[in-house]
Amino acid sequence: MPLTREDLTTVTGIESDQQTLEVSLDQLKNLVSPRAFTGETMLLNMGPQHPSTHGVLRLLLELDGETIVTCLPDVGYLHTGIEKNMEAKTYEKALVMTDRIDYLNNLGNNLVYSLAIEKLVELDVPPRAQFIRVIIAELQRIASHLVWMATHVLDMGATSVMLYAFRDREYILDMFEMVSGQRLMGSYIRPGGVWRDLVPEFMPALHEFVYNYMPYKLDDYERLLNNNPFWLDRTKGIGVITAEEAQAWGLTGAPLRATGINFDLRKAEPYAAYPELEFDVPLAYNGDVFDRYYVRIQEMREALRIIRQAMEVLPGGPFRSDNRKFVPPPRSELGHSMEAVIHHFKLWTEGFHAPKGEVYVRVESPRGELGVYLVGDGGPKPYRVHWRTPSFYNVQAIGRFSPGYMLADLIGIIGSLDFTLGDCDR
Amino acid sequence: MTLRETIEQLRTAHPDAITDVREFRGEWTVVVDRDHLVEVMTACRDEHDFTMLTDVCGVDYHTETPRFAVNYHLYSMLNKWPLRVKVYAPEDDPRVPTVIGVYPGANFAEREVYDMFGITIEGHPDPRRILMPHDWTGHPLRKDYPLGYEEVQFTFNYHRVQAKKPHPQE
Repeated sequence: MPLTREDLTTVTGIESDQQTLEVSLDQLKNLVSPRAFTGETMLLNMGPQHPSTHGVLRLLLELDGETIVTCLPDVGYLHTGIEKNMEAKTYEKALVMTDRIDYLNNLGNNLVYSLAIEKLVELDVPPRAQFIRVIIAELQRIASHLVWMATHVLDMGATSVMLYAFRDREYILDMFEMVSGQRLMGSYIRPGGVWRDLVPEFMPALHEFVYNYMPYKLDDYERLLNNNPFWLDRTKGIGVITAEEAQAWGLTGAPLRATGINFDLRKAEPYAAYPELEFDVPLAYNGDVFDRYYVRIQEMREALRIIRQAMEVLPGGPFRSDNRKFVPPPRSELGHSMEAVIHHFKLWTEGFHAPKGEVYVRVESPRGELGVYLVGDGGPKPYRVHWRTPSFYNVQAIGRFSPGYMLADLIGIIGSLDFTLGDCDR
Repeated sequence: MTLRETIEQLRTAHPDAITDVREFRGEWTVVVDRDHLVEVMTACRDEHDFTMLTDVCGVDYHTETPRFAVNYHLYSMLNKWPLRVKVYAPEDDPRVPTVIGVYPGANFAEREVYDMFGITIEGHPDPRRILMPHDWTGHPLRKDYPLGYEEVQFTFNYHRVQAKKPHPQE
């Protein structure tokens, strides 16, 4: 039966005035195949409230039977205008908004934003802060990968892994609460260092976690999944991405490394204390859903290895820069130093001024390349902050790499690309 | 070969396309005339190994001329160095050509540039808004687009603020 305009309105959700509808239908004509208009294929709306879209992602699917012909991702449901809001705050105050961008990589977002400011104003960070940043960033990577694994494997029908992964993530969130006072939105990494020094109970907890707890749990996950015939059937050979296409479509992180390209920003453009630590970049070569799973599991093991090294060589000394023009003085100085009071007042009312110029800084977030493009205009507020978020490009890639697979495989492809919609929409 | 030499080669090959080369904090920016953007991007990809377009983002330099700029952040996997290609667009004619033909991954990012700045992407196959609702008016990241806010509710102004809240009253 041919599709009428009313059907299309129901499917696409576009129901504004007549003129908007005309334009939208015209645009849709170029995006789906002509068979959709004769009724040979079916247009199906998936999301934005579908449980396996990992947030509010809407997909407009064109299906031939159960095979996907076209997939059009529609994002923007979680757009909160963070880039615009950051322009209205001082550099330091805008930091709290970065936690809210990628809600599974909160402290990693602090890190990249702090690195961008430090590059723009040429601020040095003491070595102890560099190592604390690495420990925090790697813990965040494990926490994020655990949520990815929990939801991805749950979508494929394995409930127990979800329960185990969330249990283990709690240990990491408890540690974040120790250091920053917050489980999720820590704002712990600040320009010039970190907010405060590690608390005494943090190191024993971390030691217990990386030596006696997590390695054995990772073994358990691999025992549950690696030889599980259902898991292998649904992941091997599904959602294959070639190395050339992954680069052309801007994919980074595990989706890129699963195609065999050794690209990790911790190695390619080292930041924080990564140059002083030894670790491998896990690779796989088939570029399918299973390989992306495999790469991430190995990444968790490497993260544990990095944390172990960083714990051993964690230097003493200050935990944030003593450049008072950019970093507030410690509370203890305020009682007896007039200069400290002046600096404190200036930093929390006016903020520091950054020079005119533009920098682009990127780090390896759990999802891939997370970049901040920061423009300073000589004033105390960022003139423009742009977030290059890995999820934005991973969501785009669904539309390219899911056609040709079955509808049920789409769930696996979505999960394996590992995006958060907060990260995508900002 | 260094990045500096690569840029010099690019400049010699496209003398009328590249109008300026800048360096700030060790990052190199090549300013390209917008009519030659696709040509320069193709050369970057095919001759200088910039296999990846990592980011496209707009900037609004309000009150300056030209007002808008679009940045393309390229990355060379082989040589491990980045390059920023910058294109300016004037206020009365804000348009830049699409680079989807060179880097297909630019699709969403270029839609975002259109959505947030109102810079028309010429030749884009899907020129819809992406982050804002499709019937939205205005382009939020322009500097002359006001940032809305909500008045903070205290005891003394409780009723006045409550009356303005968007949710239905009981």
